[in-house]
Amino acid sequence: MLTGLTIVSVSLVYLSILFAIAYYGDRRADEGRSIIASPYIYALSIAVYCTAWTFYGSVGRAASSGVSFLPIYIGPTLTFILGWFLIRKIIRISKVNRITSIADFIASRYGKSYYLGGLVTIIAVVGIMPYISLQLKAISTSFTVLLHYPSIVMPANLGSTPVFQDTALYVALIMAAFAILFGTRHIDASERHEGMVAAIAFESVVKLFAFLAVGLFVTFGVFGGFGDVFSRAAADPAFHKLFTLSAAGGYSGWISLTLASMTAIIMLPRQFQVLVVENVDERHVKKAIWLFPLYLLLINVFVLPIAFGGLLQFPRHSVDVDTFVLTVPMAKHYQAIALFAFIGGLSAATGMIIVETIALATMVSNDLVMPFLLRLGRLHLSERKDLTGLLRAIRRGAIIFVILLGYAYVRLIGESYALVSIGLMSFVAAAQFFPSIVGGIFWKGGTRLGALAGLSAGFAVWIYTLLLPSFARSGWLSERFLHDGPWGLKLFMPYALFGLEGLDPVAHALFWTMAFNVGLFVVVSLVTTQSMIERSQAVLFVDIFKRTSEGARIWRGRATIGDLRRLMNRFIGEGPTYQAFRRFERDKGRRLDDAHAADADIVHYSERQLAGAIGAASARIMIASVLREEMHDIDEVMQILDEASQLVVYSRQLEEKSQQLEAATAELTAANERLKELDKMKDDFVSTVSHEFRTPLTSIRSFSEIVHDNPDLGIEQRNEFLNIIVQESERLTRLINDILDLAKMEAGKTDWQMREIAPKQVIDNALAAMAGLLAKNPHIRFETHIAEDLPNVFVDADRLTQVLVNLISNAVKFCNRENGLISITARPEGASLRVDVSDNGIGIAKKDRRKVFERFQQAGDTLIDKPQGTGLGLPICLHIVERFGGQIWFESELWKGSTFSFRIPSAHYAERPRLEARIETV
Amino acid sequence: MVRRGLTSERLIGLFLFGMLLFMPPLIGVFDRSYLVGGIPLLYFYLFLAWAMVIVVLMLIVERPLSDGDLDEEEPVMGADADLDQTKESRG
Repeated sequence: MLTGLTIVSVSLVYLSILFAIAYYGDRRADEGRSIIASPYIYALSIAVYCTAWTFYGSVGRAASSGVSFLPIYIGPTLTFILGWFLIRKIIRISKVNRITSIADFIASRYGKSYYLGGLVTIIAVVGIMPYISLQLKAISTSFTVLLHYPSIVMPANLGSTPVFQDTALYVALIMAAFAILFGTRHIDASERHEGMVAAIAFESVVKLFAFLAVGLFVTFGVFGGFGDVFSRAAADPAFHKLFTLSAAGGYSGWISLTLASMTAIIMLPRQFQVLVVENVDERHVKKAIWLFPLYLLLINVFVLPIAFGGLLQFPRHSVDVDTFVLTVPMAKHYQAIALFAFIGGLSAATGMIIVETIALATMVSNDLVMPFLLRLGRLHLSERKDLTGLLRAIRRGAIIFVILLGYAYVRLIGESYALVSIGLMSFVAAAQFFPSIVGGIFWKGGTRLGALAGLSAGFAVWIYTLLLPSFARSGWLSERFLHDGPWGLKLFMPYALFGLEGLDPVAHALFWTMAFNVGLFVVVSLVTTQSMIERSQAVLFVDIFKRTSEGARIWRGRATIGDLRRLMNRFIGEGPTYQAFRRFERDKGRRLDDAHAADADIVHYSERQLAGAIGAASARIMIASVLREEMHDIDEVMQILDEASQLVVYSRQLEEKSQQLEAATAELTAANERLKELDKMKDDFVSTVSHEFRTPLTSIRSFSEIVHDNPDLGIEQRNEFLNIIVQESERLTRLINDILDLAKMEAGKTDWQMREIAPKQVIDNALAAMAGLLAKNPHIRFETHIAEDLPNVFVDADRLTQVLVNLISNAVKFCNRENGLISITARPEGASLRVDVSDNGIGIAKKDRRKVFERFQQAGDTLIDKPQGTGLGLPICLHIVERFGGQIWFESELWKGSTFSFRIPSAHYAERPRLEARIETV
Repeated sequence: MVRRGLTSERLIGLFLFGMLLFMPPLIGVFDRSYLVGGIPLLYFYLFLAWAMVIVVLMLIVERPLSDGDLDEEEPVMGADADLDQTKESRG
């Protein structure tokens, strides 16, 4: 007789066996003799995919809509055909990067971003919540149904149970205990739980045999084989529609379920856990890719016969179709089979809850809580001694939280959903990871922002099209939300978003979430750019089979191996750390000395070990902290390179600056030299001027004294002396005039009357002015050759006259005393006027040539000879000609004569008006 | 990517064939409510096709020859890795 006591004790015995197996598995793992290192165990552990949904829900689904339960198993079969590339690639990537959860995987792929890890964790926890609640609901329902044996009573008719009499709550608590015991027993770098895997594999065997037992009993015990069941069902036309797809939501339902399950088989956190994290050897995938589909086929063979058996057995709607696996044997009074079925359902549900909560707890602690706590500087976590306790506490808290969340949801939605419908919500949620993961391992272009945008949008649409409607259907939200949309906006009805009608809610939600998710992932990825670390991770993930380097090994640091060892001690404990380092020593064949500086190899190894325990993002923070912020990822290295190249730019600028400075210094020095020279010249000038003044003054004074002191001088002699005095006075006046003139010119204060004139006139004027002088020197022959076609020049006519007069009077002074010849030639030369004034005098000695245009420099020795001029004529000429934009120069041969020439550009080319006169001293 | 042996190509082929088998429109051909040997045609077709795919899948990956095909990637990868490492250490 099935009593409550029997059921509870058998259940407890079963759970104890699970504990024992898990314990044994863990112990063997500790001894290094794994019992799960077999492709068969691996395939069986993957069968954690078959939960209470499969065990109870498939039959229920089949009884209400025919083959629509099947895509959930055909999809994974299709995915597994590609498993050799897809799953193995994910496994390889995860092993190389020490990835321990789906959140870790996505975060790591997109630049070890903790925002992404946190988002994935939240999606997983919220998305899987209905799935966990499904298991709790199944266990409590099956327990209640079995408890009422021999009568068949539906829990829905029992009214609501108070929380503390609710079986589901106790199941939840027991499951939490199991998950805590085997999921958080030790914080291991690889995050593998061998005992748990062994228990799960065992559960897969139990649920398969239990289901086959019920199936065989119904098919061959109650009926006479498959043909018999279906033939009898076919006799009732009401069942005909179950034989076709029309009851299964048509093609759209079929396709969407297939696609959803194709992704779910990898993307569900627990599947990722057993497929990837718990995988012992990549080669096991090879056998698993056909063993697991075979398992699925076997567990589904009897679904339809049981469903029709139940439909034929019970009057319509009297029994919940989700309980047929249990109620058909009960109705036939086969207690043992009914109990076995209950245990099978229990194993299916517990397996799922245990693996799922462990997987979620790992995510919550590694990708949500730890990064947050580590970032929270106030706690000084990165300095604490031992963090394994904290880690374990977080995991345990997370497990309890996740299970209680599932329990809350089952209380909330109550009986308003069938098992499969609840589970499908989670499938669609898990499918949200698909674009980021598959896009991430086959496409290098996916960016962090793209993944963030796609995941957020997909999740938001999931909440809107599936989660909120489930609240509405359970009465938590107004029903009007479902039928009229929010605030009566028909366009936003959650089951017909943007007017998309005619799809069942799952197909509808899958379409919209994927449209937003994939769309935003691709578009945002295409318009944003990757950081260096994203790019390096992208390459690492996509080219995992090509790559041998395990992460970008660029860093510079001052930490010792001892530092790393202490860091790891704090997170994963001393024993595992010791073993991890031993493994490294063995693999690399080198000794690790605590005092030695940690090189890139050991740093990366440690980071990966830590990533196993606390997630990639947190591990990076911790390693960085121990390396005293000296850890550099590619980004930082690029920054350093950036800075370096900036330095190059700076130094180049500096070089330029210093060159400019040098040039400026040189200029300053030159200017200083020049100033000194000018100062000296000023002194010279003053002394020269004094000297020049003194000479005539001395003459004037001495002759005046002679005349004064000798009143008896003859009139003739007196006149001669007075004549000298007059001449000397004139010379003095001329000298002063010239000095003033030159000073004015040099100071730029001369008033230039520039205008365009014909030079012939000026030359004639000059010659006329010289007529008196020429008349005094009859021995001098005077020739002029003035061309007719002289160009007009833009000059001050008086000044030009002055130049000519100066040159001619110089020529007169220096030309041959006996047979003088002065020739004046004026002709056009190119676009200029050229004038030559030649004499046949003594010429200019080479040593004097340089000084000709300097002030007070006169040919001959002024001390001996009587000075002939003021010594300022030529400097004045130079000034004037240069002011007119021309040049002045001379050619000379000693004892034969000199030719002074100047050239002035024609008015047409002359620059005008020239504002400043150039101060030029040659 | 991975060096693809014949096995890999066969797997891809089988996947595409599976998509063809289990997706409309082909599935519509069998979407009739009559029985074959007492079993509804659609059920019969789906389970038969499914079993066939699994058998072919098993034959592809478990062929004795295919072992070399699949495992060859490992040694090749390993060899590459060694090569690269020697390069690195030299550099």
